[in-house]
Amino acid sequence: MTTEHTRASQGPPGVERYAQVHEGPEFAELRRSFRNFAFPLTVGFISWYLLYVLLSNYAGGFMGTTVVGNINVAFVLGLLQFLTTFVIAWLYARYADSRLDPKADALREALEVPHQRQSEPTGTLSGPTGTLSGKEGDA
Amino acid sequence: MTGQTMAHAMSHGAGALNPLAASDAGDHRTLIISLFSVFVLITLGITVWAGRQTKDATDFYAGGRSFTGFQNGVAISGDYMSAASFLGIAGAISLYGYDGFLYSIGFLVAWLVALLLVAEPLRNSGRFTMADVLAFRMRQRPVRTAAGTSTIVVSIFYLLAQMVGAGSLVALLLGVTGEGPRRWIIALVGLVMVLYVIIGGMKGTTWVQIIKAVLLILGTLLITVLVLNKFDWNISSLLGAAADASGQGKSFLEPGLRYGADSTSKLDFVSLGLALVLGTAGLPHILVRFYTVPTSKAARKSVNWAIGIIGGFYLMTIALGFGAAALVGPKAISAANAAGNTAAPQLAQELGGGADSTWGAILLATISAIAFATILAVVAGLTLASSASFAHDLWANVIRKGRTSEKEEVGVAKIAAAIIGVIAIVLGIFADKLNTAALVALAFAVAASANLPTLLYSLFWKRFTTQGAVWSIYGGLTCSVTLVIFSPVVSGNPKALFPGMDFDWFPLENPGLVSIPLGFLLGWVATLLSKEEPDAGKYAELEVRSLTGAGAV
Repeated sequence: MTTEHTRASQGPPGVERYAQVHEGPEFAELRRSFRNFAFPLTVGFISWYLLYVLLSNYAGGFMGTTVVGNINVAFVLGLLQFLTTFVIAWLYARYADSRLDPKADALREALEVPHQRQSEPTGTLSGPTGTLSGKEGDA
Repeated sequence: MTGQTMAHAMSHGAGALNPLAASDAGDHRTLIISLFSVFVLITLGITVWAGRQTKDATDFYAGGRSFTGFQNGVAISGDYMSAASFLGIAGAISLYGYDGFLYSIGFLVAWLVALLLVAEPLRNSGRFTMADVLAFRMRQRPVRTAAGTSTIVVSIFYLLAQMVGAGSLVALLLGVTGEGPRRWIIALVGLVMVLYVIIGGMKGTTWVQIIKAVLLILGTLLITVLVLNKFDWNISSLLGAAADASGQGKSFLEPGLRYGADSTSKLDFVSLGLALVLGTAGLPHILVRFYTVPTSKAARKSVNWAIGIIGGFYLMTIALGFGAAALVGPKAISAANAAGNTAAPQLAQELGGGADSTWGAILLATISAIAFATILAVVAGLTLASSASFAHDLWANVIRKGRTSEKEEVGVAKIAAAIIGVIAIVLGIFADKLNTAALVALAFAVAASANLPTLLYSLFWKRFTTQGAVWSIYGGLTCSVTLVIFSPVVSGNPKALFPGMDFDWFPLENPGLVSIPLGFLLGWVATLLSKEEPDAGKYAELEVRSLTGAGAV
């Protein structure tokens, strides 16, 4: 609720501001960081899961191989699916916290600051302070 | 040691061969009804409290976005661990051994799709419903109509599964086979769920989910500890005893008992596997939960909590399912309910000391009351998601073209909740022979075919157009629902919805293998064929908002 009210009072950024940010290098970097992590991982875990489904179906002999006692390969692979799910969730959380959030936060703050005078918001983020003061001097 | 455990299991199996007779039912009936009534009264109290704080549309649809990541994670678990998980999976494992376990794995792995691709972008760019995101950069009316329709269809499939679960329980617990009591209980479940939604909105419903999730985890943990304790904490001897009691020997622990018969049933297994893993991220009642937290970071946290809780729960279904096979035995289970839906409560009774013991009655009553609570909470979540979509997408944005007040919109949502409640009750009166996990898998297949392709294309494919979205949603929806209608689930065999009729020309029970690729294909082809230019400005806005959270409400 609080968040909503604070944000509402700042007013939504205009369409052209989104377009500016969208073209900027910081956003390209954020998108690349996200996609390079999330997309291959998605392909990976779906393939690993489908491999497990197909093995269950068409490699019954292999899946029925005893590992220890009454525990067979099928059971172990099933438990491994649980394990990989937990590990991937943990890896993503860690990656997002350290690599995505700082970039996303910086861009969002730049977008949501009211009465922004910069014509190019992305320039303020990574550029040296000299650029910032220089532009402000011009304005 | 294995021999001992085996003999132990055998004696129990023999003792449990008599399905619960009507005479036993009276002892625990009062207890079940009392426990269940306490749950209903407490949750209705909370709902009234939540209702007093519900003032605007954001409160009603999204609980004021005031929940923490952890609270929402527990609530998501509550929404997700339905009667299908608790009753259906335990039943499927107890009857089909290893093949039933696929449900647990698919239902869990599916959360990674939601975590990696959907939860955060959805939270950042939508307000109240799934269609907010699907229609973000498209022409509003056609896309909202399509998305609203598919939201309601998916939710009704899911509702049907829960109602079947409720009906199965009644037959077991009240020891009556007649239709009358079953109908009354289904009607009662429908009434309470509508009250939760109308009075408490999202805030009330979320607290109901949280309470139910805690109860369900505690109940499942208790049964798991009791089962493992009986087998000296040795999983191998539990599996061995289950295999022996099943009468199937080692093959009970191997894939193939349920789906390995021929090449068609093997395809059905792949189809089910695909639907499970891709369905979750397209379930509207799960997606709207991400709106109850203030930021996308909190949405991510809530998914991570949910993965932990749900994963732990599904690991325990191993003990529940194989425990029921070992201690109750498939014969007694299928005698009480053909699809195995009552395996978990039967196991609880057996663990307490059997049908004639006090503890048996207490455990049976506790687990059954939890199962009822589970059903009640999940159907409330479904009713809320579908009525919200009706009011926000179909009524406010399509029928009234945005010229409506928030107050009117919320009023319409409440009326829609009542109507959906009636539909659910009427559907629930049919069909008690279907396994509730299999029914839920159909809802997953419809969600994966109709919703997921458009959701992913919208978020990640620049060229995607309105025509692509509309074709994908309607194509996926029509294909999956049509194939279900002409599948063995609906007709052509004694376990079907209409056993007397015979129009099952589609051989697979789950349509996912055909309808999910079709949904993706239609979205792609229709986009390439469409003459309109995609709105580049809106896509830039969506992409920036979804990744940074700028402008999120």
